[in-house]
This record gives sequence, structure tokens and C-alpha cells, in this order.
Amino acid sequence: MFRYILRRVAWSIPTLLIVTFLVYLALRIGTDPVASYKRVNPRASRAKIAEYIDVNGLDPNFVQGYFKWLKNFVTGEWPRSIKGRREVWPALKDAMANTLRLGSAATIVGIFFGLIAGVLAALRPGGKRDVFINTSAFVGISIPPFISAIMFQLLFAVYWQRWFGESLFPTSGVYPAGHTGFDLFLMLKFMALPTLVVAIQIVATYSRYMRSSLLDVLNSDYMRTARSKGISERRVLIKHGMRNALIPVVTIAALDVGSIVGGLIITENIFSYPGMGLYFLKSFGEGDFPLLMPWMVVIVASVLFFNLIADVSYAWLDPRIRLE
Amino acid sequence: MSEKVLEIRDLHVTFDTPSGPLEAVRGVDLDVSAGELLGVVGESGSGKSVSFLAAMGLLPARARVTGSVSLAGEQLIGASAKQMRSIRGRLLSMIFQDPLSALNPVHRIGDQISEMLRSHQDLSGREAEKRAIELLDIVGIPQPGDRARQYPHEFSGGMRQRVVIAIAIANNPKVLIADEPTTALDVTVQAQILEVIERVQERFGTAVVLITHDLGVIARVADRVNVMYAGRNVEQGTIESLFDHPSHPYTRGLLASLPRPGKQRLKPITGFPPNMLNPPSGCAFHTRCEFAADICKGEMPALVGFGDLQTACVRARDLPKNEIFL
Amino acid sequence: MSKQSPNVLSPRQMAFRRFVSHKAAVASCVIIGVLTLFVILAPLTARYGVNESVQAPPNSFLTPRAKSWLGTDDIGRDLYSRLIYGVRVSLLIGLASAIISVTLGALVGAIAGFRGGKFDDIMMRVTDLFLAFPFLVTLLVVRNVLGALPWLRPITGDMSSVRFIIVLFGLFGWMGVARIVRGQVLSLKEREFVEAARAVGASRRYIITRHLLPNSVGPIMVALTFSVVGAIIGESTLAFFGYGPQAGDGATSLGILVGAAKGAVQTGYWWLAVFPCLVLIIIALSINFIGDALRDATDPRLDRGV
Repeated sequence: MFRYILRRVAWSIPTLLIVTFLVYLALRIGTDPVASYKRVNPRASRAKIAEYIDVNGLDPNFVQGYFKWLKNFVTGEWPRSIKGRREVWPALKDAMANTLRLGSAATIVGIFFGLIAGVLAALRPGGKRDVFINTSAFVGISIPPFISAIMFQLLFAVYWQRWFGESLFPTSGVYPAGHTGFDLFLMLKFMALPTLVVAIQIVATYSRYMRSSLLDVLNSDYMRTARSKGISERRVLIKHGMRNALIPVVTIAALDVGSIVGGLIITENIFSYPGMGLYFLKSFGEGDFPLLMPWMVVIVASVLFFNLIADVSYAWLDPRIRLE
Repeated sequence: MSEKVLEIRDLHVTFDTPSGPLEAVRGVDLDVSAGELLGVVGESGSGKSVSFLAAMGLLPARARVTGSVSLAGEQLIGASAKQMRSIRGRLLSMIFQDPLSALNPVHRIGDQISEMLRSHQDLSGREAEKRAIELLDIVGIPQPGDRARQYPHEFSGGMRQRVVIAIAIANNPKVLIADEPTTALDVTVQAQILEVIERVQERFGTAVVLITHDLGVIARVADRVNVMYAGRNVEQGTIESLFDHPSHPYTRGLLASLPRPGKQRLKPITGFPPNMLNPPSGCAFHTRCEFAADICKGEMPALVGFGDLQTACVRARDLPKNEIFL
Repeated sequence: MSKQSPNVLSPRQMAFRRFVSHKAAVASCVIIGVLTLFVILAPLTARYGVNESVQAPPNSFLTPRAKSWLGTDDIGRDLYSRLIYGVRVSLLIGLASAIISVTLGALVGAIAGFRGGKFDDIMMRVTDLFLAFPFLVTLLVVRNVLGALPWLRPITGDMSSVRFIIVLFGLFGWMGVARIVRGQVLSLKEREFVEAARAVGASRRYIITRHLLPNSVGPIMVALTFSVVGAIIGESTLAFFGYGPQAGDGATSLGILVGAAKGAVQTGYWWLAVFPCLVLIIIALSINFIGDALRDATDPRLDRGV
């Protein structure tokens, strides 16, 4: 197991290099970083532009340029943002922390309720409860996050204020303007609506995964063997049913980080929540290459990381998978 | 005759399907005596497996079961879920057709046997483990100590079926139901599994019900045979009498379609098994029976003593004797 | 031979029965049917032109009323009429791009599943990575790259055109389909009729087009419905963030209308947010239900005792 993980980690380095090269290419072609720099800084001198091209590895030769960028990135010589010459790492670090908080809150809430709903639905397929949960899940996945976000804002902030004089939840940011220091209650209040938006998607998706996975398991022969032993129904369900049903769900969960981050990007933007999503949309809109590349590296690395987690947990849960 | 451990009387099982109610078992009477090996034969869909799944209480909720099944004096039809749990695996246990899917892939073999032991006996984990290894040895698995720590996927099909048998006999049940235990296996392995079942039966005095569509298997191991067709038993008797002078045309047909040394041609039964959503009236076999007369379409025939056999055929006495061997 | 009893159904009849027993899907078919009819007959069903001003400024925002059933927007255009034209464009985007992506995906998936080996490994690795990447990020980056390649212009058209969006989602959606079809082909490949075809020396192409793809029709249809939803929601997401097709010449799409909701929320013009969003949700939900029923209907394995 340990050697397998080591080998996978070793393999992920070339993958990371290839994917970041592709991202570098795509951003060079898609956003034209030099033109964006000139647009944002119209009065920049020739020397400034040359320096910008040099530190960012924006040489006309893509391969050479990529390796120059890579060298600067690895040695920590990160260029500053094109707008306002901000340092990239502090901004990226804050964005990561905020997104991690929002993302994990939504994921925990979402997966917890999603799994429970899925189990409840699968226990009596075709029953009233199943139809209700299944239909709700369909409604959930059919509402794009930006729509539910708008609807919540409309309801809990705009109209709540109109009806009760005060909005129930704030609709933007992490803290009110001018607030300093740490305040858990205030933070949770600001996180409530964005968490809800992302969690709804997760609940809807996972209740369906769990339902179909558990249904497959419930129809399998070994469940009948377990019942024929005369053990309690609860034990049959938990020890034989859930253990098997969770295998595909856990694997999907770890591979699904991409779609969760996708939902976060949209949600953060609407709630002006200063996380990775807002960071990306802002810097992408401005073609801010120095801000975008490190962001991409973080995303690619986390996708690879969760891919690894998926494989390892799969092997750990399912003895049929041999790693060596 | 020795005491009866399992008595099935007038058993009916009906499934609600999208196309209407389907009566898979239509009044089955059947006895199993202590220590005997009873063969139950029939085509697929004849209701042979469903009857015993009903006795185990393992049918899905949409199945309606009526009639009586008593095991050592205890009534199983209509028993509470709790009662059934205490009986399943202790007095009555079952071996399933497909050994590849009957074992839970994520638990160790030893644990799956221990679970059976500990659900009915007050054993510590270590005692159960030790007993599990003994059981693996009894069913003929080499190096049982090492094998107990392995997972099902590390076993071949035949080995897995031995494990399933070990689980089924763990609590020394009165009746062991083996539902097509050899169908999914290679011919060479089939013989070994049958041997294991016979050995268990002799060693522990367990009554065994062997459900199969293969008369060859029955001929090899059974003491008595029960032939089922379209949810009814059509003939029963000792293995010798049934093979020597079968009375029911269906049994005759089955035997005629069996390959034998020296026989030039096999004679298959014509036609198809009946559609159980809408079974033929009277004797369900009349649509395929070469001796059928108008009387066969009337009432469902009951089992009647006919020599040393019991036969459900109104024309049994009129039929020519044993022409199948001519 | 004995005659078949009337109770025995062919697989196709059984699939149809299972589909019809999914009540939500039947209702969805009716909804989508009516909607399609409305949209095709747009000049008749719409009350005003796409770009026709119903109410002149300064009071251009009308609440829903007899003159304008669903209210008017910032320059006094009738929302009901604009919705009809917008849904027309969105359904076109959904269907056209889904057909592209399903065709591409079915071919790649069938070849990958059938050939196996290195090709399959690489295809699936790439697909996995692509799918694991945040959807919106990939979409935006690929969009920019497609738009920046001048030699693609004849195919993609202008970056702000509907055609561009169709090509974008067509190229984007094939991976999910490829994965589904590959799985189906992998399981079919081992079945007897394929072995038989191979044994009599049928060519690879013959086996794929005559045996594997026709037997994957169920999963492919399901993938098609989900691709349609994906493209419609994707278009509105892009439009919401200002990267969708531009409303030149008054052309509109569901995405553009939903995008306008962003501003309407804070100012209290609720109808501009509620109606387009509602229509989008109803379309997405209906197609999702149809896809679900198709999956249940075409997969005999899933007899869920309903």
C-alpha cells in the first residue's frame, strides 16, 4: 500500500508538469497576457514590458517560456499581479483558506444529508418516501447554483428586509465592512447562504448516488446469504449493505471535487465571497497571468491529490482491488 | 419411516407483477424426514426454489405466501420476523446457486462463518474463529487456518461453494436446503461438492433438500425424489421406484430426455413450460402431454398413491407401462 | 410450436411500459412537447417582436399585467415574447450541441472500449482529468482558446455567436458520453453475439456499427438527454457571468434573460428574475426526468419492483 502511494505520488509529478504546460498554453493563447498587461498599464515603458515578459516566461517560444515560468515558480520568484502590482501568494493564500472553509462546510453538510436521504430512499424503492426524496433530488440537480443563489438572496435578504425590516442573512463577503479579528458566529452567519447553495447540489447528487448504489447491493446474492444467517436486519443493512454500497460512493466523492469547486466558483461570485472562485473570475476577466498561473497549479494539484485519494480509498475499502 | 422434520402443506406463493398476479407455487405438499436426502426436480419456473425460499422467509415483500410449513413442530408461515431470524441459520439453512456472488466480497471468509456461529451461539470471537477453521476443514478446504483470513475473490468457484456450505452447516441445522448447488460449477467440481454435501448429511444427520433440474445429480445422491411442474408436485417416491417405473407422463418425459449408455436417441419433451401468469387449466402438463385427454383439462389432479409412488395424474392407470425404456 | 401468450411482452414493449409508468417523465414529455410547439410557432405565439418596445421610457419596467403578461424589462420589451424567442435559441443550442457531443462521444467510447489497451488507457485518463477539473474553469479557458484561433473561425463563427456556443458545448460534452458508451461496450464485448460475429470473421468496424452501437442505444439516448440539459444550463451559466452569446440584433437566449436577473434582484424587479429562472428550471427538470425514465426503461437489469 505504502509503496503504491509513493509510486502514485512520483507519477503525479510528470502529470502535473504536463497539465500545467497545457494550462500555460491555453492561457497564453486564450488570454494574451502581454496585451492584457498593456491594456491595464497603458503607460508602461518598454523596459517594464520586457521585464514583465521575462519574469512571467512569456517568450515567443512556448516551450522555452514555460520552462522559464516553471523555474521562477519553483524558486519562489513569483511575479506580481498586473493590476496594482500586488503580491500573489498572500492573495492566493487567503482565497484558499476561505474556499476551504466554505467548501468543507458545504461538503460535510451535503454528503451527510445526501447519504441519509439516499439510504432512506433505497430502503423502500417505489414507496412514497422514495418518490419524494427522488423527486426533490431531481429538482435539486435541475436548479443551477446561480439561480438558487439569486433566489436565496431575493428571499432572505431583499424581501426579508422589506417584510421584517432586517435581512435574515447577509448576502456578501465574509465579515461586515470594517470588521477585524475572528468572530465565529458572525462568520457562520455570512457563510450560511453560500453553504446552503453548494450543499443543496451535493445533497441532490449524493442522495441519488447512494440510492442507486445501495439498491444494487440490496439486490445482490450476498445480502440473501446474510439474511439466511438469521442476523438482525439492522446488522444485515449496516455490515453487509452499507459497507459495499459506500465503495462506489466514496470513489465518486473524491473524484467529484472538480464539480464542487465549480459550484463554489459560481456561488462565491454571487455572494462576493473572497475565495478561489472570485479570485479566478476576477483575474480571468482581467487576463492577469501572474495571478492565474499559481491558481491553476493549486487546482491541478488538488485534482490530482483527490484522484489519488479516490484510488487509495477504493483499494482500502474493496479487498478485490490489488494495488501492486 | 423416521420422524418428519419439515412438513409443507398446501403452500401457495403469489407474486404481484406489473402484468398481474403470478402464482408461482400452487398448493405444494411435501415432507422431509430426519436425515434423508430429498431431491426436488423441475424445470426453471416450476416453483421449486420459490417454495423453499418461502419456507426460509426470504421472499421479497411483494410475494404473498399462504399454507403451512412446520419445522420440528414450529409453524413458519406467519411467524414473526424475530422468530424467523432465530430459526434461519439455526434449524434451517440454505446453500445458493451462484457461489461467486453468495459471499460478501468485503469480509474475510473466517468472519463470514463466525458471524453465522455467533448469531445463534454464545461464543467469544476467538472460539468462533477456531470453530470456523474446523468447519473449513470439514468441507475440505486445505490450510483452513490461512484460508480463513482470505477474501472470497481469492477462492475458486468450487472452493467458494464449500465455504457457503460451511456457513450453512455452522450451527448444525435440522434441514439444509441446497438450491442448485452445482449448476454454476464445472462437472468435475460438481461431483466434489455433492460428495461434501453427502458427507455432511451422514456425519451430522442433517436432512438435505437438494433442488435441481438435473436428474443425473438426483440419481447419484437422493433417497427420495419429488418432481414439480408448474407450481405443483406431480410425483414423488423413492429414487428406485421413480427411476424404475415412473408413472406421471412428465416424469417419463424427463427420464426419456436423459442420456444413457446404449441409448441411440434422446427424446425431448415437446413444447415450452407454461406461462405462469395464465397457467393451463386442470393438469398444467396437458398442453404438452402425449396422453392428454379431455378429463385432464378439468380439475387439478391430486397426488394419489400408485404402487410405491404418489402421482398426480388421473390417467396414470390407463397409460402403457414404462415404454420409455423400449 | 406453441403460440405466444398475449401476456408475454417484447423487450421494446416492456421498455415502453416502464417508461410510461414513470409519471413524472410522461408529464415532462407533454411539457417539452408543448414548449417546443410554442417555440416553433414563435411568430404566432409571441405577442410582440423580440426587440419590440411595448412601453416607452422612463417608466419602462411594467409589472405583469394584461398588456404584458410577464412584465417588461429595462427598455420596455415584453418578457413573455422574449422568453419564447429565448427558449427557441436555447433549445437549439441544447439539441445541436448534444448531437455533436453524443456522436463524438459514442464513437470515441466505442473505439476505446472495443480496442482496449493503450488507446483506452490514455483516453480514459484524459477524460477523467478533464471531468475532474472545475467545469466552469475549463469552459471559460477552452472558450477563450477556441475564440483566439483564427483558423477555427470558419467553423466556430464569431465568439459571441450562437454557433460558437454550440461548437463549444459540442466539443465539451463528449467525454461524459464516451465514458458511458465505453462501459456499455466493455460489457457487451464479452457477450455471445459479439463473440459469434467475431468468430465468423466480421470486421471490427462491422461489429462496432452493427452490434455494439445499436445495443448501446439506451445509454446513448440517456446521455443525449443529459447533454441537452448540460448545454442549456451551461449556456445560461456562461451568459450569467457575461461570457454567453451577445444579444446583437435583439437575438436572445434563455441564458441572456436569466443573466439579466442578476441586476433585477437588488432593485426589486422580481418578475425579471423569477420567470426566466422558472422556465429554465422547468426545462431542465423535464429533460432530466425524461432521461431518468429512459434509463430505467432501457436497462432491464434495474427491475426495481415499482
